[in-house]
Parts: sequence; structure tokens; C-alpha cells
Amino acid sequence: MEGSSDTPVTGAERYKAGVLKYAQMGYWVPDYEPRDTDIIALFRITPQDGVDPIEAAAAVAGESSTATWTVVWTDRLTAAEKYRAKAYRVDPVPNAEGQYFAYIAYDLDLFEPGSIANLTASIIGNVFGFKPLKALRLEDMRLPVAYVKTFQGPATGIVVERERLDKFGRPLLGATVKPKLGLSGRNYGRVVYEALKGGLDFTKDDENINSQPFMHWRDRFLYCMEAVNKAQAETGEVKGTYLNVTAGTMEEMYERAEFAKELGSCIIMIDLVIGYTAIQSMANWARKNDMILHLHRAGHSTYTRQKSHGVSFRVITKWMRLTGVDHIHAGTVVGKLEGDPATTKGYYDICREEFNPMALENGLFFDQDWASLNKVMPVASGGIHAGQMHKLLHHLGEDTVFQFGGGTIGHPMGIAAGATANRVALEAMVLARNEGRDYLNEGPEILQAAARHCQPLAQALEVWKDVTFDYTSTDTPDFVPTPTASA
Amino acid sequence: MTDETALPDTSPEPPRETAVDLRREMADSGVQDILDQLDRDLIGLKPVKQRLREIAALLVVEKARQRLGLAHDTPTLHMSFTGNPGTGKTTVAMRMASILHGLGYIRRDHVVTATRDDLVGQYIGHTAPKTKEILKKAMGGVLFIDEAYYLYRPENERDYGQEAIEILLQVMENQRDDLVVILAGYGDRMDKFFASNPGFRSRIAHHIDFPDYGEEELFAIARHMLDDMNYHLTPAAETALAEYIALRRAQPHFANARSLRNALDRARLRQAKRIFETAQGPVDADALSAIDAADIRASRVFSGGLDAQPSSGDRP
Amino acid sequence: MRVTQGTFSFLPDLTDEQITKQVQYCIDNGWAVSLEFTDDPHPRNTYWDMWGHPMFDNPDAAALMTELAACRKAYGDRYIRVVAFDATHGWESVKLSFIVNRPTDEPGFRLNRMEMEGRKMRYATFPYSADRPAGQRYQ
Repeated sequence: MEGSSDTPVTGAERYKAGVLKYAQMGYWVPDYEPRDTDIIALFRITPQDGVDPIEAAAAVAGESSTATWTVVWTDRLTAAEKYRAKAYRVDPVPNAEGQYFAYIAYDLDLFEPGSIANLTASIIGNVFGFKPLKALRLEDMRLPVAYVKTFQGPATGIVVERERLDKFGRPLLGATVKPKLGLSGRNYGRVVYEALKGGLDFTKDDENINSQPFMHWRDRFLYCMEAVNKAQAETGEVKGTYLNVTAGTMEEMYERAEFAKELGSCIIMIDLVIGYTAIQSMANWARKNDMILHLHRAGHSTYTRQKSHGVSFRVITKWMRLTGVDHIHAGTVVGKLEGDPATTKGYYDICREEFNPMALENGLFFDQDWASLNKVMPVASGGIHAGQMHKLLHHLGEDTVFQFGGGTIGHPMGIAAGATANRVALEAMVLARNEGRDYLNEGPEILQAAARHCQPLAQALEVWKDVTFDYTSTDTPDFVPTPTASA
Repeated sequence: MTDETALPDTSPEPPRETAVDLRREMADSGVQDILDQLDRDLIGLKPVKQRLREIAALLVVEKARQRLGLAHDTPTLHMSFTGNPGTGKTTVAMRMASILHGLGYIRRDHVVTATRDDLVGQYIGHTAPKTKEILKKAMGGVLFIDEAYYLYRPENERDYGQEAIEILLQVMENQRDDLVVILAGYGDRMDKFFASNPGFRSRIAHHIDFPDYGEEELFAIARHMLDDMNYHLTPAAETALAEYIALRRAQPHFANARSLRNALDRARLRQAKRIFETAQGPVDADALSAIDAADIRASRVFSGGLDAQPSSGDRP
Repeated sequence: MRVTQGTFSFLPDLTDEQITKQVQYCIDNGWAVSLEFTDDPHPRNTYWDMWGHPMFDNPDAAALMTELAACRKAYGDRYIRVVAFDATHGWESVKLSFIVNRPTDEPGFRLNRMEMEGRKMRYATFPYSADRPAGQRYQ
């Protein structure tokens, strides 16, 4: 082939049988100005040795849209230029030899409205196994308003969830029932009752609590709802328990969800592993049935954790806001699971803001307008306890669920005492924050002062005072701070 | 994680203060700046400025006494500002709010201005919510009630003003931490008002009387106003304005600075008309900003009439 | 029992000074504060009676505290809560809500169970106080 290897070949030459480079086929358009309606994807690409990064980016654009490995004449039956995804920018990743950020724009007509399955089939379909790349990671996406508007979005949303629960101005409190497996329905309900009576707003099934020999799902639902109603009557507060309806088939999930509704539950739960289509169906069901929908992100770390390959969790979060879940586990910063503070802030902003401005330090590469889609309540869960309340409130803010599983059930004086400790610690911290105190630095004193009128809190602070999980995060943003005029 | 057990506080109690540097207090609170600025910005008003300095000194001393542990109550801070219209009462009220705020006697540096119409309702049950609404707006700062005597109408025994007065008195007494009330109006009428409403008299701590401006002060004020608007007087206009001031001052409904502002507004109108009628070709900045004698002498004041209709009260 | 609705119900009852600080926090955030009272503390009794309109234009917490004193005088035997409303687009709802007055005796709730087919149960929660007519529940 003649010409520079990046220059598109045009005219009849373009469709001569044979093989052209992807860049030559028109998948590299360096002067392309993305349109407001384009979907933009940002990939981190690691080309095989000797593969030109621009060609690699063009290949990703091609393989995630119209191209195949060879020229096909049938392209000429279509408005091929419109349908070709266009790689328009390739930047080396700061401090990461051999890796590049590739910006690729896709015309809106490439996608079916309101279908994450369709979006993902293109964007993370074939292309992730493409041989010329060592690794490929989808870092971020810009979803145009025109596309966002084709989704229902969160079934309930943060505001209406708070209105239904009549709980405002503080993070919500939850706990996952432990042990994860083995409790009978009757014993399981006991944990729910104690935790809710003690002061939690929610309890939660764990991701793999479905319907096992030791506890069938109907049993669990019945005992849990006895516990919820009893706790509600004892406190005068609305209470809930996330009944996990995850099952082998849609029919089975619908049946469980219907039963949860019949029993008067205000919230149900699903796992990420059921798949995008199933999640979207359950979100539609939840909207129709006044149900809050909790999503446990089971399985995400298989593809979100490593920086060079997979899909970033911020992209998963964006997809989940579109599909319509109300709750999503989004990291704790201070707890036992992966979570760099700056990166985690990016996830929380995606869940809760109406508009995300570009913020490279938080891993957000694009402005994202959510077009008044409901907001998702992020959930912090995993290895957190009352002694960290000031840090949790500082990092994660107010519209979130703090889930203290071990931090409730492992309390030396019992589950209800553990719940009370968490609730008192939380309310004391919010009170101090609103009073304008430097609660992050004075946190330990604020907790000690609150513990003076709450023995369970004093005990919790004593038992867990040294528990921390300080490990280096694997997923952190790669960016070089650019000096601004004011700096 | 850092060690979360707070270290016992071993530092000794800070010794109680035994002396206070009053001048420094005055400067640190920003009150000295406010007083200095007042001196610069406000023409004349010598006795008012003097009273303000006295009150500020008293308030600084009160604070100092508090710090040294000398027993005392929240002082009463309600005031009355008496004087004719246009003598600077509202402006001084704003500065007073800043002084009180600087010294920590009020929580916010704001003044809410109200008259009878804002406080008193039209029908039964209307007055209390209205008065309370204004009081709540003003809370934390200063409530300035202009022509306060209109609240009291003894000729009508079912006047709703009495209800507003009672609510006001109650708040002035019970919520001294939350609100400072300044009552303002003509001196003679305020005297009568206080005479028939002893409740007010006893709750007012400071009276400030605002004298009328002298002719020279008024002239200086006019200059200041024109300066601010980027206008100037021709020499002939200066003479005309001095004569205008002497004549207008002797007429009824004279409202000091306010009347002057109105007179200058009218002069600007006439100037604009004159330029349109006489200009040949383009006009320069100097022509556009010069007020000439004719612009002032066209006033009815020079032919023995009033420059403004009394019904419009020469109010802004 | 103690009804634990509202943001600070697990702390000792707030003093007026503490309430003032919370109210000022709300006002400084641009939220309209108001008072609501009820003698029916059912967890899903959304509409408590309003004590006047939300205060949209009062910059100082003293305004609300004045009304709270009056409200306590009239309805000191009932639940009173401070509600802060945020009119910002995307929220347009309550931002903070906490109880500032409660009856001296809180009798709590009765849980009624109705056995349905299978193992199913229908639940209903009744405030004991609601057995008496409105207005006489905590006298």
C-alpha cells in the first residue's frame, strides 16, 4: 500500500480486496471534533511490542465498531464513514511505559436505545481479545444526554428513598448479616431484628445468600419481615432489609421479588453477576413496584482491579446509573477492600452528582451531564467500624450507606449494642460537622465525648481501636497535574 | 492510623486576663476603621459623629468589663435617631450595625428597614404575623423603624398599631441578644411618641439627634454627589446652586441631602434637554458632564414656587 | 420507649444552644427551616402539622428559635421537629429533620399481626397514643 501508514486511503483504492491498516481504513481521524451526541470511550491500550500506538488505537476503534480484519465491499452499501468509530487522540500514559490513552468517538446510531447489553457488546465485545494488544482497559466513557435519556435510571433515587424512609441529613446505616452462610431462617431473622432494633436503618443479605439447603429463600424472607416489622414498632422508625432476589433465572427472580413486595419489604437486592439485562429488568420491576433496588457488586474485581486490563469501576458505575439501581457498593477508602481515596471520590461523584466536570485527579476524563437522571446511593461496606466515623463522613459524605457488618455483629455486648454504638457515633459526628467543628481532626475526641453517655460506643472504640487496613491501592488515577494560572 | 486516644491536656488553664488594651480592642474589632471612614465619607454631622464615638467607647468598655469578669448584663442597645429627613439617619444606622457587629453585640451586619406599613396589618389577625415576619427577618442584626410614631394613632382606639407596639416591646425586652431596634423620625414627633409610650422610652439606651445641614455643608454634599456621578458645576452654576440652597432651605418640606439629590436629578434632566436643543454636531465629555447655571436657575424655587409637589413629599 | 425518628434521636435531647447551631447551619446552606408538630408518631405519618410556613427569608436562627418557643408553649405535649428544605434542582426536598420536643411519656406502638395463607403475615403498626382522639393524646 502506498502513502503514510496513518493516512486514510480514499476512493476506489479503499475498497480493493485485501488488507489495509485500520488507520488507513479511516478509524484514525486526528482532526475529528466529537459531536455532542457521540459516545466517547477512553481506553488504556498496551500495544504488542513493535505495534504503533496510533494503529493500535485505530484497531480498537475498528474492532469495537464496523471493522473486520479485511476490507469488505459490503461497507459500500452503508454510510460507512458515519458508522466507523473514530480514534482521534492518543496520549502516552504518564509514568507508564508502553501504555497509551486512546480517545475514540462513536456515532449514536451505532447503539440501541436503552440497552447496556448492546452498548457493552460493542465497546467491550471482541476487542478485548484482540491479539495486537497486550492489554486493554476501558477507563471512562462520555455518555451523551441523547443516550442517557433513553434509560429509566435509578428506580427510586436518593431523594425519594430518603423521603420514603423519612431519614434525612445523615448517612444511612446498614449491616450485612454474618456469618454469610449457614444460618437458618429463624436465626437469621434474629440478627436482623437485633441490628435494626439497636439503631441501624438496614440489614443486608450477603451476595451469595440465595436459597441453599440450610435456608430456603421463602423462610428467610418471612423471618426477616417479622424482624423488620417488630423493630419498626419498637423504634417508630422505618426499617428495611435488603432481600436478595438473585436466582438462576429471571422467572425465579421475579417470583422472589413479588414475594418480597407482598410481605411489605421496602427494598430488594440483586448481584452484579446476574448480568446487565437482568439488572435492567429488575430496575424496571422496582420502578413499577415502589421498591428500592440494592446492587451488590459481586464479581466486579475480576475486571476492575488491574490497571492495565479490564473495565474501570467508574465505567461500571456509569452503566449502573443508567440501568437503574438505587444502591451500589462503591468503596470505603478506609476499609478492608480496594479503594484509593481520589479514585473512590470519582465513583461517588458519578453516583450522586447531576453533572460531573472533568476531573483527571479522580479518574474522570470527561464532562458528564446526567440529564436529571435519579441519583444512586453509594454504599460503603467492608472492614469499617465506629471508630472511623469521622473519616468515613469526611471521605464519603452524607448521601451514602455505611455498612458495618462485623462492626455491628462483632460487638462484645451483642448485635443491638453494636448497632447503637454505630448510630450514636454517626449522629454525634454529623452534629459536630454541622456545628462547624473540625470533625476530621477532632473525630476521636468527638467520639470519646459521645461515648460518655453511650457505653456500647465506649466498648466499640476500645475493641476496634487499632484496626486499620493500610495497603497500597492497585487502581489509582494516572495523570500529571498541570499548573494553572492561579497556581 | 494515628493514636486515637487524646493526650491528657497538661497545659495549665490560661491565666485570667487582668488588663485590656482598649485602643487595641477598638482597632482589632474594625470599629476604629468604621469611625474613620464615617469621618471621611459623611460631611458635617459633627455632633452625631461625636455621639457615635462615645457609644463605641462605651461598648468597648462593656466588652472589656465582661472579659475581666466584672458583673454585668447584656446591655440595652436599642436607640432612637431623631432629625429631619435627609440628615443621614439611615446611613448612620448601617454604620452602627457594622460597629455593633464588629464588637460582637450582633451576629450579622445587616439592617432591615421598616415603616408602619410593613408592621401593621389591614384587618384583625393580620398585624401579629406581619410584625413577627419583619422581626424574624431582622433577627441577628438591626431593625430600623422609620417614622416610628406612625405606629401609634391615639385618635383611633382600635388601631392595629398598638398590637405591633406590644409585640415590638416584648422582643426588645426579651430578645436583646437577638435584635437591636433603632427608632427614627422627626425630633418633635418622636418626643411626643415617647411621652405617650413610656415602654419605648425606658428601653431606648441611646438617643442621637441629627441636626440639619448648614448651607456650606449642603453645598459640599451636592459637590460630592455630582463628583460621584461624574458631573461638575460651571462657575456660574456654583453661584446659582448656592442661591438655590439658601432659598430652598427656607421653604417647607425641605429634606436636606435628599432634597438636594432630587434637585440635582432635575438639573441633570434639564442639562440633557439643553444639550439636545443647542448642540451643533458631536459633543465632548466635558459638555456632557457640565451643569450650567441655566440648568439650576430654571427651578421654580427661583420664582417663589416649590421645586417639588408637597404630596410627593420630596421623598426618594 | 423513645421514638428514634429524626437525625439526632440517639443523642441526649439537644439543648436550645445545640438546636440553634443546627438551624444556623441549615440557613447558611440556603435551606428554608420550619417547624412541624404532631401527636401521631406513626413512622409513615408524613404530614405533621405545620407551625407557620418554612422561613425562606430569615438569616438568623433566632427567628426559628422564637417560633419554637411559641410552638412549645402551644404544643409542648407533642412531638415537634425542625425541618430544613432545600429547593436546589435535583433535590427539592428535606435536607435535615430532627425532633426538638417530645411528650414526657412515649407509650410506643402496638404491632398487629394477621395470619394469612401459608406462613404469610400482614403487619400493622399502631401508636398507642392514637387510640385517643387527636389533640388529647398526650394530656
